[in-house]
Amino acid sequence: MASRIIRRVAGSGARCILASPAKSPSSSLPAPGRDFSSQTPITATLFPGDEIGPEIAESVKQVFKAAEIPIKWEEHYIGTEIDPRTQSCLTWESLESVRCNRVGLKGPMATPIGKGHRSLNLTMRKELNLYANVRPCYSLPGYKTRYDNVNLVTIRENTEGEYSGLEHQVVRGVVESLKIITRSASLRVAEYAFHYAKANGRERVSAIHKANIMQKTDGLFLECCREVAEKYPEIKYEEVIIDNCCMMLVKNPTLFDVLVMPNLYGDIISDLCAGLIRGLGLTPSCNIGEGGIALAEAVHGSAPDIAGKNMANPTALLLSSVMMLRHLNLNEKANQIQNAIIGTIADGKYRTADLGGSSSTTEFTNAICDNL
Amino acid sequence: MVHELSSNRPTAPMARRSIAKSLIGLLLSSKPGPSSRLTASGSVTYMPSPGEGAPRVVTLIPGDGIGPYVTDAVEQVMKAMHAPVLFEKYDIRGDMKSVPEEVMASIKKNKVCLKGGLHTPVGGGVNSLNVQLRKELDLYASLVNCCNLPGLPTRHENVDIVVIRENTEGEYSGLEHEVVPGVVESLKVITKFCSERIALYAFEYANLNNRKKVTAVHKANIMKLADGLFLESCREVAKRYPGIKYNEIIVDNCCMQLVSKPEQFDVMVTPNLYGNLVANTAAGIAGGTGFMPGGNVGADHAIFEQGASAGNVGNIKILDQKKANPVALLLSSAMMLRHLLFPSFADRLENAVKGVILEGKCRTKDLGGDSTTQEVVDAVIAALD
Repeated sequence: MASRIIRRVAGSGARCILASPAKSPSSSLPAPGRDFSSQTPITATLFPGDEIGPEIAESVKQVFKAAEIPIKWEEHYIGTEIDPRTQSCLTWESLESVRCNRVGLKGPMATPIGKGHRSLNLTMRKELNLYANVRPCYSLPGYKTRYDNVNLVTIRENTEGEYSGLEHQVVRGVVESLKIITRSASLRVAEYAFHYAKANGRERVSAIHKANIMQKTDGLFLECCREVAEKYPEIKYEEVIIDNCCMMLVKNPTLFDVLVMPNLYGDIISDLCAGLIRGLGLTPSCNIGEGGIALAEAVHGSAPDIAGKNMANPTALLLSSVMMLRHLNLNEKANQIQNAIIGTIADGKYRTADLGGSSSTTEFTNAICDNL
Repeated sequence: MVHELSSNRPTAPMARRSIAKSLIGLLLSSKPGPSSRLTASGSVTYMPSPGEGAPRVVTLIPGDGIGPYVTDAVEQVMKAMHAPVLFEKYDIRGDMKSVPEEVMASIKKNKVCLKGGLHTPVGGGVNSLNVQLRKELDLYASLVNCCNLPGLPTRHENVDIVVIRENTEGEYSGLEHEVVPGVVESLKVITKFCSERIALYAFEYANLNNRKKVTAVHKANIMKLADGLFLESCREVAKRYPGIKYNEIIVDNCCMQLVSKPEQFDVMVTPNLYGNLVANTAAGIAGGTGFMPGGNVGADHAIFEQGASAGNVGNIKILDQKKANPVALLLSSAMMLRHLLFPSFADRLENAVKGVILEGKCRTKDLGGDSTTQEVVDAVIAALD
């Protein structure tokens, strides 16, 4: 274990590998300082999550086994009691595991209602310093929605902005909420966005803002984006006001390629884009943290109504695990699994209930394994 | 609505309401009313008070970019209809420091204004004039009417959404400062007073226009105090209107639902920033911001303009080729005519515009067509009855 850690930490600097040809739906997240040419199994933390979580996590394990991926899963569950070291139901050990392994996969988690602890997502974000949320949205061939040819990536700043949580009541009936934008966080996410665009053969990065009204805050964000854009002259850079962006997205999503945004706009736009391809049940997502940590997650809910019935759709978690594989530079395997998933859905024979079919989770998973 | 006015059957709420309120209800309705032809039970009777037919003076601000073209379109159509409206034109540009005194005085005198977009330069250190007008005149409600227009190709059917947005506070307070170099703060202010009055306006609008449901859009799971206060106010007002369904939706889920199942929404009430996003999304799914009418209204004044995205004034190509889309502003001016108590003119204008869209021969650039603004105007004037 110790030698493995030393090997990782002492690895060479960041490597950018151009994934598949330009504008492909692949989503490579190059990890700085890693060398996985050897076949030693990589340990990755797995949080199956709640309700349908364990079922879809099983699907992922099954597919990975069938594809012979050298990943060893370290499973962690959410505790029922609050761990005082993390102020939430997530134990310190779980977080340490992600910090050690540098990669993780997370299923849907239901935040227990109550006071006195932080939400699970917030805890992870703060403790692991997950600063960018990357969501590729692409139309799945063979699954017709109102929008075809969607192929964009939303990159959202995940730590500050309107979600700083700093609110107070000034006097009775008057509440103030602070939106914070810092140079360092904006530069960081802009750097990542251009880095990602270059590594994935994307042509254009659009910064979304409302700087005509919020001149200083969004103005600072834009300034940082422009600075980074100058370092990447081969990538086109543009700025789009958020209202135009919303309108253009619903009329013609092909106008966009990579979108980089502060927190609130990112939240709304990434969900809007998920809506364009028919929902969170198919959308992969990955959170990038300082030091090259990547935590892929399924952003849909835990669906308690279909828990235990073998009806859940594992596509989102599977596609997120593909993102995780790309981060680990296991691009071949990633492509293999991705093609199998897309092929199975395009075939139409095995589809889960939410896609209009009647297959169970296990049938769908078996079909994917067969298609590998 | 019109049938109920002229029928003898006492429908309980309508019969008990005073005539004035019914009239205001009819006039505020931005839904397509029946034309002023003979209906099954007789002709429409709008009985004005003496002198109400006198021409009203309305401030007209052409604005930037495509603004002058589309306001010119409105002027032409108004003239062709012989509408009792006189325009007092003022030229202001979006990069001026503030709205000139004389323009403010004119709007305060006339109470009603029609304007094209004012473009705020990004990073120019200039405050948005659109926002300044709204704040000074306390136009606290911004309304955008997004509904499918027959003949307009869209991906979504059954869209009939009215977005009512708080227009004066929230994220647009303009209170920003640099804490230390590289760290900037912006204040979002929510007050009970403003939240309550916008909720009241939304429910009142729903009530007067026969709308069934009001949805409050928020992000109170994250911004617990600020949006929590907004929701509290909405809930209190909802209790006063038991006949109207009320529900709440988180803003990101809302946008997702808008693009997948827009038919579930009716009237939406939102704080300032979310309203901007939701209105633009709703306008986009209903056909585009070039077609959706809207306006800003306060207790004393009203400004009518293109529904969503008032700061978007088109690009150079559209200007050069004179292919700006005047439909949004024409429909907004119809809303203005109703607001001025000229419902018959409003109906005629709306029907003409809708007829042109249904025909589909005149299509501007945003629809993939090639018509110029003037061609659309001529078609509308020809379609007037």
